[in-house]
Amino acid sequence: MGFKKSYEEINEKIRSGKAVVLTAEEVSAMALELSPSEIVKRVDVVTTGTFGAMCSSGAILNFGHTTPPMRMERMTLNGVPCHGGLAAVDTYLGATSENPENIRYGGANVIQDLIENKEVELEAWGKGTDCYPRKYIKTKISLETINEATLFNPRNAYQNYNVATNTTSKIKYTYMGTLLPGMKNANYSTAGELSPLLNDPEMRTIGIGTRIFLGGTVGYVVWPGTQFNTSKEKNEYGIPMSNAATIAVIGNLKEMNSNFLRAAYYEKYGVSLFVGIGIPIPMLDEDMAHRVSIRNEQIETSILDYGSAGSPYLGKTNYAELQSGEININGKKVRTAPVASLQKAREIADLLKKSIQSGKFELTCPVGMFPTGTSLKKLFETEGGEQ
Amino acid sequence: MKEITRRYVMKFPPQSADKALTYKLIKEYDIKFSILKAEVRPGHTGSLLLELEALPENMQKGIEYLEANSVVCEPLGKKIKFEAGKCINCGNCTGVCFTGALTMDREKWELNFDPELCVVCELCIAACPMNLFDSSFHEEEPEAILNN
Ligand code: SF4
Ligand code: SF4
Repeated sequence: MGFKKSYEEINEKIRSGKAVVLTAEEVSAMALELSPSEIVKRVDVVTTGTFGAMCSSGAILNFGHTTPPMRMERMTLNGVPCHGGLAAVDTYLGATSENPENIRYGGANVIQDLIENKEVELEAWGKGTDCYPRKYIKTKISLETINEATLFNPRNAYQNYNVATNTTSKIKYTYMGTLLPGMKNANYSTAGELSPLLNDPEMRTIGIGTRIFLGGTVGYVVWPGTQFNTSKEKNEYGIPMSNAATIAVIGNLKEMNSNFLRAAYYEKYGVSLFVGIGIPIPMLDEDMAHRVSIRNEQIETSILDYGSAGSPYLGKTNYAELQSGEININGKKVRTAPVASLQKAREIADLLKKSIQSGKFELTCPVGMFPTGTSLKKLFETEGGEQ
Repeated sequence: MKEITRRYVMKFPPQSADKALTYKLIKEYDIKFSILKAEVRPGHTGSLLLELEALPENMQKGIEYLEANSVVCEPLGKKIKFEAGKCINCGNCTGVCFTGALTMDREKWELNFDPELCVVCELCIAACPMNLFDSSFHEEEPEAILNN
């Protein structure tokens, strides 16, 4: 039996200001000299971070009732359509929803405007009922004037992601950035050894109820993210070699700030939201110490051709190579560029480290664990469609 | 192929048939142009500030044609403007910048922008998800060139 620590023991240390907290990059460097059995004795918590575009994000808002009241059935915020099928004055505003008259402005921009305390124009239509007679409203709202504003993102923080390149002769504009023709560049998005879900690949400590850093404040993991896939091929270090697990997260939008939540627009693709997430990993035992010791050269991922139909597989690489600025794809040297911010990911891991060290952030034992053996279904067409 | 926009200060020699020359630009090379400023005194060298719009290939041929007819064509520099304060250091722009003007510092993972290396290919404008790049012509130059 190796050395073990409980969540309570770790939290006790956090409360008394004695917890030893390192970032995932720091612990990976430490692991060059120390074994997991030594690391688990010395380190209590390892912090991780990521700051990238996460399209499956959005906010639940409650506007409050007018007099006379209104059942808002169709709504826009600064011209961006938001979900109307949610009672009278609740809505879900998806980050990628776009203003049809200005496609560069979408739900993510509304979210950013709100957290920057700007006023946003709400326009709503309803058919009018006996109990909700009002049929139309146009008014200004802000984070201060509305009841709840909750960030709820159904799929964030992908555990690993593909590298995107383009073998065709045409420039391709994608959510993985601008891909030049003839494989002249290759873009990657994961923060490598700092990436949250790569530091706990079996999700032993991340589950329902895990307290995290989200958008500049405290948030929670609420559920496995959509497209949660545990069946992706793993390498010898137990790392899935393409996009695998994801998490659904929630937090109070009113406490977030645009340093860690930022609207983005990808040319010829659309609007998205950069989300900052940091997850603390408790050093419960040797296995966890072994997991967080993983280094960039051990984290492999797949290179896909985003220019061709079905994104064919071109080969694999690892994050040490990707971060060096150049990879080799089938004998050709290709320049690499990140599309997510490692500088911000580090800032997040550091902030989380400091708030744990200062006793402000305690760790949570998940109240429910995530499923295993999941894979993805395809959508088949039964009525025909259009390509 | 996309049309490009360029600005030139053109000096027409005295007595040059500038009307005929510009007519040929439109007809033969399919170059659209507008006169932004003109300094023409009869019997002297005339200077025009022109904005030309054409396919890159036609643009080049048109300019060569003018130069062959003793018109001095001075290109006006276009500059890339970068709003550095809002940069999140994501790196998207470095993927398209081939001159090395935009690079990541591989220690700090912050963006470096060296305007000296920029050739105004404008690829970074569409590549930046924060929309922080813009291109503009030098504003101060035309006056100086027209008046000397
Ligand atoms: S315009 Fe072209 S050369 Fe200049 S910074 Fe942008 S991508 Fe680089
Ligand atoms: S793409 Fe834009 S936000 Fe990202 S590093 Fe370049 S300038 Fe900064």
